[in-house]
Amino acid sequence: MSLRPTTVTSYAECSARQRLALLLDAGSFHEWLPPAERVTSPHLAQLGLPCAFDDGVAVGRAALEGRSVFVAAQEGAFMGGGVGEVHGAKLVGMLRRAVRDRPDAVLLLAESGGVRLHEGNAGLIAVSEVMRALLDVRASGMPVVVLIGGANGCFGGMGIVAACADHIVMSDVGRHAMSGPEVIEASGGVEEFDARDRSLVWRTTGGKHRYLLGDCDQLVDDDVQAFRAAATRALDQRRPLTLTALEAEHRLLSARLAAAHDEADAFELWRRLGITHPEQVPDRSVRDIGVWVASRRKEVA
Amino acid sequence: MSMAPGVDVLDFELPGSKAVAAFEPILVGVVGSGNLEVLLEPQSTPTCRFQVETSARGFGAIWEAVVRDFQQRHSLSGVQVSIHDMGATPAVVALRLAQAIAELPRAQP
Repeated sequence: MSLRPTTVTSYAECSARQRLALLLDAGSFHEWLPPAERVTSPHLAQLGLPCAFDDGVAVGRAALEGRSVFVAAQEGAFMGGGVGEVHGAKLVGMLRRAVRDRPDAVLLLAESGGVRLHEGNAGLIAVSEVMRALLDVRASGMPVVVLIGGANGCFGGMGIVAACADHIVMSDVGRHAMSGPEVIEASGGVEEFDARDRSLVWRTTGGKHRYLLGDCDQLVDDDVQAFRAAATRALDQRRPLTLTALEAEHRLLSARLAAAHDEADAFELWRRLGITHPEQVPDRSVRDIGVWVASRRKEVA
Repeated sequence: MSMAPGVDVLDFELPGSKAVAAFEPILVGVVGSGNLEVLLEPQSTPTCRFQVETSARGFGAIWEAVVRDFQQRHSLSGVQVSIHDMGATPAVVALRLAQAIAELPRAQP
C-alpha cells in the first residue's frame, strides 16, 4: 500500500490498515492470517451479510522506533469494528503469542462498538477471552497500550478490554465508554441520554473528558504522528497488576461516584474537579487541556 | 416473494493478454454499506477471474457488465480478483478496481 504522509494525517479518517502503515516503522508490519488466507466469519453469510477477508482486524508483529511490538488494528468501517468469533480469536492468538515471544509491548488500535451481535454468544465469549489473554500479557510483564481515535469510538466489550490495559491514548475525537450513546438512549429513554446531542456525547465519552477524569493517560490531536509519538512514550509505561493497584482504582472510582452522586452533567463534574471555567473545555485545545492536567497533577502530588 | 437469507456468489473468468509481474496480494477498500473490498492475487491460468460475494442479490448481469468493461480496458492475465460487496454502486466498484490495479507492479512489456 503506497501512502505518502503529509504534515497531518487524520487518525480518525484512516482505515485500520492505513493506521498500521503510518503509525509503525515503515514497512515493519508483518501480518498473521493476512487477507489472502481468507480466515473469515462462518456466521455472516447465513444472515445475508458479506464477510471480510480479515474479519475486520489485522494482527501481526512490527517495530515502533526500532522496538518490537505486537499489534492489532480493528476496522471500524466493517460492522462497526464488532468483535465476532474469528475477529476475537485473532486478537486472542496475537496476545497469547505475545506471552510466548515476549515483544517489548502490545499495541491495540481499537475501534469497535463491542461484541458483533450477529454472532451472539460466540462474540461474547470471544470478548471475554480477549480480556483474559490481555491480562495474561500484563501478568507476564509486558505493557498493553490501547489507542482510541476512530470515528466509531471504543465501546461495549472492547471498552472494557481497553480499560484492562496499562495505558490508553486518545484523541479529542476519540470516545471510550461501556454502553454507547444509542444503547443508553434505547434502554433509558431520551430524557436520560439524547444520543443525537453530539456535545453531550463527547463531553460524556470523548477524549478530553476521559483525560480530565484520569481514565486516559495521554490526550493527543487527531493526527497519526501524534498517536505514534504517544504510543512510543507508552512503551515502557507498565502499570502493576496487583491487588494494591486494583484497590487504588476502586478508591478512585468511589470518589468519582461520590462527586457525581446527583447525576451531575460533565460540566458540573469538571467544576467539582477544580476546573474554573468548565464550559470552556470543549473549545480548549488538546495542548491547553494537557497543561492544565499536568499542573493539577503536580498540585495533588 | 421471499428469498432465503444468503449472499450471491458470482464467478466470471475472462481472457486477457497482459501478463502481470509477480506480486504480493493487494487489498483495497472495506466491506461497509455501499462499499466493497477487492483482493488481487496472482493465479497460474492466463485469464482474469472475478469471484464476487455480494449482499445485494439479483444483480449478476450488472456485475458481468462492470467486470467485462474493466477487463476490456485492462486485459489482465494471471490475476484473480476476489470481491466482498455490500451494495456498492457500479461506479464505486469501478473506482475500487482501478484503485486495486494502480497498486500492481507495471505490466511486463
